[in-house]
Amino acid sequence: MKREIPLIITFVAGVAFVLQYFIPHYPFNRFENIFSDWFAIVGAFAIWLGALSLMKLCLLNISKKSHDWPISLLIIISFLSIVIAGAIDGFHGLNSVPATSFRDPGTNFDWFYQNVYTPLSSTMFAILAFFVASASYRAFRARNTAATLLLVSAFFVMIGRVPLGDYLSGWLPERMQFSQWANWLMAFPNTAGQRAVMIGIALGTVSTSLRIILGIERSHLEG
Amino acid sequence: MDRLKALLFLTSVVILLCLPAFSQTSIDSAAAVKPAVESPAPPTDVVAKDTKNDDGSALDISWQLSPDDKRLVTKYVVLRSKSPNGPFVGIGSTTKGQDFYTDNGDTVGVSYYYKIAAVNEVKLTDSTSVTGISESQVVGPIKPIAQWFNMRRLNVFFWLLVTCAAILFYIMQAKSGKELYVRKIAGIDAVDDAIGRATEMGRKVFFVPGIQDMDDVATIAAITILGRVARICATNDTMLDVPVSRSLVMVTARESVREAYSKVGRPDAFKEDQVHYVTDDQFGYAAAIDGMVMRDKPAAMFYMGGFFAEALILAETGNNAGAIQIAGTNQPAQIPFFVAACDYTLIGEELFAASAYLEREPRLLGSLKGQDFAKGLFLLAIFILLILFMFGINWVTIMDVS
Repeated sequence: MKREIPLIITFVAGVAFVLQYFIPHYPFNRFENIFSDWFAIVGAFAIWLGALSLMKLCLLNISKKSHDWPISLLIIISFLSIVIAGAIDGFHGLNSVPATSFRDPGTNFDWFYQNVYTPLSSTMFAILAFFVASASYRAFRARNTAATLLLVSAFFVMIGRVPLGDYLSGWLPERMQFSQWANWLMAFPNTAGQRAVMIGIALGTVSTSLRIILGIERSHLEG
Repeated sequence: MDRLKALLFLTSVVILLCLPAFSQTSIDSAAAVKPAVESPAPPTDVVAKDTKNDDGSALDISWQLSPDDKRLVTKYVVLRSKSPNGPFVGIGSTTKGQDFYTDNGDTVGVSYYYKIAAVNEVKLTDSTSVTGISESQVVGPIKPIAQWFNMRRLNVFFWLLVTCAAILFYIMQAKSGKELYVRKIAGIDAVDDAIGRATEMGRKVFFVPGIQDMDDVATIAAITILGRVARICATNDTMLDVPVSRSLVMVTARESVREAYSKVGRPDAFKEDQVHYVTDDQFGYAAAIDGMVMRDKPAAMFYMGGFFAEALILAETGNNAGAIQIAGTNQPAQIPFFVAACDYTLIGEELFAASAYLEREPRLLGSLKGQDFAKGLFLLAIFILLILFMFGINWVTIMDVS
């Protein structure tokens, strides 16, 4: 029964989801919201499992004095700081006037958010620019015909997307300027490639869903 | 005499300066009086009907524009009532030239009467205006009806049936023992080599299942691949590390890895902390994995699932650490980044084929064959439609089921 019950639930839920996509009539039109609510409820309980797993792993690292134990200590301090800040600010929404929340501007939680979280997230996102440069440097080496084609296409797309491109090709007729070349590459070869990938993904999604609904694919349940 | 001239001059200047004030007063008084404004001719042929292909919560109202639409009308107001005698309440408006409105509010199971008012609104000041209104005939009663099939999705239904039929047909063929040829996928063939390399080097294997939750099909596909990867790791006695960004994914992945270890007779080798939660935050997750990769220097890294901006951050860090990297995602925008930074990339449907390909189980291979057959049909359909389009036959117009 350990196997059968999840398979039955998967089958019923899968068929219900397929039906609700094609049948707008009640009660099928409610399925998406109902399942979405259930998912949110289960997910909310599961957050504790995740947080406990993180804490347990960090505490183990500290107790064993693993090579990265100071990082584990930092994680615990950060975790507790933000939880305590949120708890102190609290939520006064049900009975108090005006309703306030720990997420309001000026709270301790907001201070952490604005002065720690946001700069760190922005820094990670900004690092992406350097990674794009290093990855492009490797990808755009003309090792073979395909890579050379990629390099030439990338050159026209990049030069066509900056003012310098129009400056350099401004003397040409409008349809021959670099920006038009870039637009053509993006609108036709690029779009065609993207759509081919998307069709493949859609078919793969249907195939995987069918395998899971019919219980042919069980590896997510049993490894 | 000079004094008299000066006095007259000053008086003239004062009067000139005050003129705008007098004129303003006259406008204000005009606003107070609110002169009559010409009313446009009313709209005609008002039709209220059920909105097709919906859950019975909307009604479509259309009308013939007022003959004065271009000259006088500034907007049309849609009025609704439960009785033909009123009172009618305005539920929305359209600009001039618009002859259609969809009523989405509080219509389930209720019959309504409608009429349309053509309005000529003339602004006198910022806050005051005068209006000339004429109303159409009342139509109704009309009650929305819920449909049992969304005809707009007939084409999706058709292709879904074709795809499912092809997949089921080939699954049955595989079950009957027929040998099926499945094309080689280099990225999946490299899985064994990558884990073997980690075994020889005595280093970890990292499996990153993306930042989407368990309601995303790419994450489910990733977990199915994780099961196979875990089985090979357990057989080779190679350490597998699975940092996850969602608690539900952690629970599911943990069960999958545990079962994989049990299946190869190594339940003792499984440790719960192999599959561990990091954070829900996108860049926090990327930063944490980057740190782990730079400290542990894994020999192989798998990126399978839904990835966004963090894809390249992760893949470039893995590349710097010297790991063999195999990636697969259902996000077309991230595939080029993985192609640039990883050794092997599963493109498009290959992510969903990986589990079946690794398992080599006939029924799963049959589904792969069916998937490829459906893809061939799609290509054929696109080609035929392209030829028809070149001859001026627009299939979209023919298939209009709205």
